[in-house]
Amino acid sequence: MQLSPGEIHALLGENGAGKSTLVKSIYGVVAPNSGQFMWDGKEVEIKSPAIARELGIGMVFQHFSLFETLTVSQNIELCLSKAQLETIGHLGSKISTLSKAYGLNVDPDRLVHTLSIGERQRVEIMRCLVQDVKLLILDEPTSVLTPQEVAGLFDVLRRLSSEGCSIMFISHKLHEVTEICHSATILRGGKAIDTCDPRIETPASIAKMMVGDLAEQDAGYSKKIGTETLFKAEDLTLDSKQPFGTSLKHISFELKKGEILGVAGVAGNGQDELMAAISGEDGRKLKNVMWLDGKDISSLGAGTRRSLGMAYVPEERLGRGAVPDMSLAENTLLTHKVGFVKNGWVEWKAVKQYAKSIIDQFKVKCHGEFSHAKSLSGGNLQKFIMGREIGQNPKVLICAHPTWGVDVGAALAIHQALLALRDQGAAILLISEDIDELFLLADRMAAICDGHLSPTVHTEKTSIDQIGEWMAGTFINTNTHDTNQETAA
Amino acid sequence: MDIDLITQILFATIKTGTPLLLIALGEVICEKSGVLNLGQEGMMLMGAVVGFMSAFATGNLGLAVFAAMAMGALMSLIFGFLVLHLGANQVATGLALTIFGTGLSAFIGSGVIGETLQGFQPIIIPVLSDIPVIGKILFTHDLLVYISFVVAAALAFIANKTRLGLTLRAVGENPHAANAIGIKVLSIRYFAIMFGGAMAGLAGAYMSLSYTPMWVENMTSGRGWIALALVVFASWRIGNIMLGAYLFGLASIMHLVLQGMGWSISPNLLAMLPYVATVVVMVIISADQFKEKLLAPRSLGKPFDPRQMA
Repeated sequence: MQLSPGEIHALLGENGAGKSTLVKSIYGVVAPNSGQFMWDGKEVEIKSPAIARELGIGMVFQHFSLFETLTVSQNIELCLSKAQLETIGHLGSKISTLSKAYGLNVDPDRLVHTLSIGERQRVEIMRCLVQDVKLLILDEPTSVLTPQEVAGLFDVLRRLSSEGCSIMFISHKLHEVTEICHSATILRGGKAIDTCDPRIETPASIAKMMVGDLAEQDAGYSKKIGTETLFKAEDLTLDSKQPFGTSLKHISFELKKGEILGVAGVAGNGQDELMAAISGEDGRKLKNVMWLDGKDISSLGAGTRRSLGMAYVPEERLGRGAVPDMSLAENTLLTHKVGFVKNGWVEWKAVKQYAKSIIDQFKVKCHGEFSHAKSLSGGNLQKFIMGREIGQNPKVLICAHPTWGVDVGAALAIHQALLALRDQGAAILLISEDIDELFLLADRMAAICDGHLSPTVHTEKTSIDQIGEWMAGTFINTNTHDTNQETAA
Repeated sequence: MDIDLITQILFATIKTGTPLLLIALGEVICEKSGVLNLGQEGMMLMGAVVGFMSAFATGNLGLAVFAAMAMGALMSLIFGFLVLHLGANQVATGLALTIFGTGLSAFIGSGVIGETLQGFQPIIIPVLSDIPVIGKILFTHDLLVYISFVVAAALAFIANKTRLGLTLRAVGENPHAANAIGIKVLSIRYFAIMFGGAMAGLAGAYMSLSYTPMWVENMTSGRGWIALALVVFASWRIGNIMLGAYLFGLASIMHLVLQGMGWSISPNLLAMLPYVATVVVMVIISADQFKEKLLAPRSLGKPFDPRQMA
């Protein structure tokens, strides 16, 4: 593949297709086994990120590579060589100048852990700009942004492109690719199988190229409105235990039977804390804030809540959703006690069979029920966890970012499983950063920002714009304390 | 208590706190880079015995200190190779290092038990030592004490004001991110581990060449362990480490002073005082949980394999 100056090039492919590995080898983080890179007509060997940066290649990582306890300018300084620092002179003022020129709005003296995800991403972009970058690589940059922030990011990218900077762009969101990219390479199984011009393709036609002919698109699903309240939270306020966490502030909502409530929000706005509070993982005893079927469960432990009919699919698959070093069968046993333990003895035969049935039903790719959880790819493990939780026939399922980093095929399977569960009469709370997914699945929607939950609306009666504004916190009453919300750019 | 006694006590406080300060300064650098080395006690004992034996054989104290530091660095290099290259568990490897050092130092030092030599002599710094009270407390020590002042000041400067300090913190906080921006994580960690080893050796040399110029088995009596606790309670800050080390020194002195004043408390109970007092006070200082989590090197004790992607 090749890239010309000012071109915005998309790398597309399913999970594990090799997109991240490819860009990491361009940036010198991993060494390729064979092959060569040509840069400005000369063959180059990029052995380390330092060499890549000298050539003028910058990268914004999917999981940000910032140091949270350092300030913005310290973070940027660490990336620069002594010579670069000298040519720049005063780093703080350079950052401010660039910040104004590109509308990045980055304050050099802030500590990184106080920044929102969108701001952190702008710091990473700034880090590349400071070094006069000629090729900017972005690994799934939009997956963590509000729609308004995405628009802001695209403005910056278009501006860079018009100045002759090439951009390599990895995304799972095909409508973004068709919106901004000039060309695209499609990877499958580590091979570049196709190229196309996204400006003349549609998201559907690109999806087909990515997954092959099997591509079955998520079509619109019918919405349902429940009446009977299964789970209720009222005025749930909880201080964060972590220094980088978000405290929950006066959260109230109801989950109704046979309905999916979607909660939109940018990562780090209290989703993890909300999940921990509902699941009982948080561990602090509360009173009169959460009810299941009319029973106050606020003070019960996570295990008891499970036995009352609640199930969870946490965001973190390895470590929360499953124990990495245990087999799938053993992981099943962790949440299913009934029927598998007799007089204190584990009925391994039944466990095995059950794990096998989940694997078959959800087409989990693995080496059988005794593979270690950590040996599965993210999407496959997610399908397994989803199957395990759904298999308990829960009354209430709490589900966070179910398709995060999951390829199109697996996402479809997970979506259908969620809808099937809803149709069986379960109440589902779906927390996601993927706003398209929420509009696809949720029957009612709300947004979370800085630990506040917005009012809920019927999905059909709202728009991406409104939810996007809510994600930026416009619903928060400005009279309440400590809501120094930034209006989205 | 008259002013002379207080001056005496504070002078002895610094003297007693110095070995703890030296070893804790080494450990804090090691931990800032994200490596937890529980082998401090073993490296310190090896430093003490090698320092004493070298001085005993050659009569050259400078050479003896150098040998002790080299020994500490060598021991830490073994640790570094095991945990950085082979990915061994840091806790288990560190414990093994302590047990190894304790045994080996007793074995090689058995021949010099009971021997004595002329240790480091005080250097009275002119002018400064004439300052009333403070001059006597701070500027009538031996060379190694002055070195501990200089090292503490230098480390505080490096850690807070220089790019090297920034790099060290970056490596300890997020090695994957540091690697991605081109910092050589393993080299930095090797360097930090070896610095920790050399400082432990120096602390050992101080014990056997200055504090009590002789060799006894287990003469460090748990200072390596207290240093580990000290670093945590001091929130990885150099200033707090100095404070804690001298607090330990003061409490150690007080148990002698109290006995001298005729208090009828069991000496065994009093001997516990420095350990208890240091831990209690440092716990109180670091009571702000929220702030502590910010200061701790976030990847402390976690192995880093550059071949594995984050």
